[in-house]
Amino acid sequence: MKLNIHIPEPTKPIPDIRTGEGLLQWLSTVDHKLIGIMYLCTALLFFVLGFGEALMMRIQLMRPLNNFLSPEAYNQLFTTHGTNMIFLVLTPMLLGFATYSLPLMIGANEMAFPRLNAFSYWIFLLGGLILYASFFAGGMPNVGWFSYAPLSERFFSSTKGVDYWVISLLLMGIGSVGAALNFVVTTLTMRTKGILMNQLPLFVWMVFVNSFLILAAFPVLNAALFMILIDRQFDAHFFVSATGGSPVMWQHLFWGFGHPEVYILALPAFGMVSEVIPVFSRKPIFGYEFIAASSVAIMLLSFGVWAHHMFAVGLGTTFNAFFAASSMLIAVPTGIKIFNWIATMWGGSVQLKTAMLFALALVVNFTIGGLSGVGFSLVPVDWRLTDTYFVVAHIHYVLIGGSLTGGFAAAYYWFPKITGRMLSEKIGKWHFWLYFIGFNCTFFVFHFLGLLGMPRRVYTYPDLPYLGTLNLFSTISACVFGISFILFFWNIFYSLRHGKIAGNNPWNAWTLEWLTSSPPQQKNFEKVPLVRSRRPLWDMLHPEDPDWKRENKNKIKKTGNE
Amino acid sequence: MGRILNSIHRFFSEMSRSSSPNEDYINKLFLWFLILAAIIMIIVIVAVLIGAIHYRSSRHQGEPEQITGIKWLEISWTIIPLLILLIFFYFTVRFMKDIDQPVDKNQQADIIITARQWWWEMQYSKYNFTTANELHIPVHQKLLMRVESADVIHDWWVPELGRKIDAIPGTSNYSWLEASDTEEYKGACSEYCGTQHAGMRILVISETKNEFDQWVQEQQKVPSPPVDSVGQRGMRLFSERTCAGCHSISGIVAVSHIGPDLTHLASRKTLISGVLTNTPKNLYLWLQNPQKLKEGSHMPNFILSNNELEALVKYLEDLK
Repeated sequence: MKLNIHIPEPTKPIPDIRTGEGLLQWLSTVDHKLIGIMYLCTALLFFVLGFGEALMMRIQLMRPLNNFLSPEAYNQLFTTHGTNMIFLVLTPMLLGFATYSLPLMIGANEMAFPRLNAFSYWIFLLGGLILYASFFAGGMPNVGWFSYAPLSERFFSSTKGVDYWVISLLLMGIGSVGAALNFVVTTLTMRTKGILMNQLPLFVWMVFVNSFLILAAFPVLNAALFMILIDRQFDAHFFVSATGGSPVMWQHLFWGFGHPEVYILALPAFGMVSEVIPVFSRKPIFGYEFIAASSVAIMLLSFGVWAHHMFAVGLGTTFNAFFAASSMLIAVPTGIKIFNWIATMWGGSVQLKTAMLFALALVVNFTIGGLSGVGFSLVPVDWRLTDTYFVVAHIHYVLIGGSLTGGFAAAYYWFPKITGRMLSEKIGKWHFWLYFIGFNCTFFVFHFLGLLGMPRRVYTYPDLPYLGTLNLFSTISACVFGISFILFFWNIFYSLRHGKIAGNNPWNAWTLEWLTSSPPQQKNFEKVPLVRSRRPLWDMLHPEDPDWKRENKNKIKKTGNE
Repeated sequence: MGRILNSIHRFFSEMSRSSSPNEDYINKLFLWFLILAAIIMIIVIVAVLIGAIHYRSSRHQGEPEQITGIKWLEISWTIIPLLILLIFFYFTVRFMKDIDQPVDKNQQADIIITARQWWWEMQYSKYNFTTANELHIPVHQKLLMRVESADVIHDWWVPELGRKIDAIPGTSNYSWLEASDTEEYKGACSEYCGTQHAGMRILVISETKNEFDQWVQEQQKVPSPPVDSVGQRGMRLFSERTCAGCHSISGIVAVSHIGPDLTHLASRKTLISGVLTNTPKNLYLWLQNPQKLKEGSHMPNFILSNNELEALVKYLEDLK
């Protein structure tokens, strides 16, 4: 018996916040586009908070032995900054773009579970608010976003901050798992007629793979969070060594989640640039199968690399060697992607629009972050670099240089679809260059700081050679970096009113979201043509040279050889 | 021009400073890695620039040829990185074994380091004395360290002297320590351990065998009791104002190990785990209000009068 699920499909266009339906429509919606927009706006909002926190830390660190912040305030700030940027900015940014674009890209009118979709967003938002509510309950968490036991046990952190942190992460974890489940089922069941799994747009493919990563990694975190909560509230001793617990177990559990999390944040960004680079190079993506397969490789390998965060723990040579090997191995599929993106440009006809510039910035900056990551897999080198500013440089190159930069590429690419208007290219170019220069100047010197011997998570440092100068340089660059974001906000604000009208397909792109109007009606598609290749819109525009003929020809050639 | 090159050279040698065989291994591997990373980085940047400049749309007309991939290229940029990484893996394991040489089961550690919030206790078990925050070692001698923690996780790190090693409660970690020069080395706790993580510095002093032996002899001696009236008052205050509840000084009734051992405080170069240089004035300021100099420290403010402060400082700064 076939089960029929009724999906409510109103036909009115997306309500504007200024029109009559207003706020209530946003609060009650189960439409994936509105929920996607809410994710993105929430990410922007929390980004302002997180950046403010970072800027305060940079002011404190701009000269040795500075007294701008107390140690306690600094420790709360770096903890909240890390948690905020990872869980409240990058995660909703990536989920937001996926929630908005994924159904459109596979020709669907909705997600598989619209109500679960809304639930995921609201419980995520609740988690975010609870994190900041700790401020009013006696202090924000102050034990780092990694919250190492036993420092995070009640004996050493008696304020309520850590409890709020735990509950906040638990709720957000539930939200992410819900969203991931939704993406998997949507991708498997809601594709329009004709799309095979190996014809999915790469962004969809990466979100799909990524969702399995979320489904497997977050339960590990949630289990660990429950343990620490039980330790703190009911005096259990999962992580207390004096009574038979193990503080190192927390590290295994946390990084068992934490390292896949890095790829959870990276893979969708890889998907975004895999959409942007081909469109602005006017060529199909180079090596589709290799990019898709390497994502699966990353997903599987990422569960076997967590202990490279723990080389200084003293777990023994054999143990370290295993994780060194797996960590080196995971660099290979990442490298494959970098080379394929470059090969996509080569031989193309490259249009350096802002979205493309951000995508190229990802290729360059993520390579720096990826290479320094290989450095940590060389265990002796890691013994020097771990827990220094070198790691701070690495994490920012991966998460800003990778995820956030990919997010900006996606923002410039999909803004016309989401709002119906183009973002200004002129402001966009200024935004890009200040962003690129500000980012690299702020964070590249962190490599030097780490090599000079500056540990991370310190609220101040002694006046040793070069430390003061480099930190001051970084703080000034951080201000330049900050200005670039003001330009971005101005660009959104300006373009929403005065931007050029986009039309359905301003970039001449090839995936299905560009088939419908900008912004799409509440019901995404009235009619979707039969999809026969990876670039359905190319086939429509080039009936004389359609992709499906090319793809079929390869198949025929293959069978012919056999 | 020469001046600029000189200062660049100084900058880079500051970042690769090493004073031990272990750090030499690390530096060597890091240098190879750096060369590899620089080559890859240059290839990627040049390739992106060629893509962005040579293939830009203004130089071409119409849609370019629609190529979907070249198989031998894909295979080569999968295999070549794998082979390079294999070489690096070999040296990783080799150097790892060289640095972490196995410890005999019955071997006694030369130095037992116990990390605490936020200072270091150092026990010279073979010589039977305890000190804090300042480690003296004989040059060119391979010493075995046992690293432990009394509260949360800390990490021992002196950049010139080799690997980091975590101090974990309930676990003993072992690591080898050897200095190749007679110098002072500055290190720091490298695992976030709470409010004063930044105020947990390390000073290692490597000396010739003679100097070291002399230092050990001095440390083993019981300091002579004060002869002047101010110092005697200070000694009395030390027990009256409950200093002895946390700190120990050999020769008097003060055996607690909650705070640093103060037996030969005057012989040390720094105070409060490397935050201040050891001068009577700094000690005075510290005792006057510990929270002002090291906020969050477990040392409370005893609200001592100026006379009491002077007496205590006199007593402690004579403990040689």
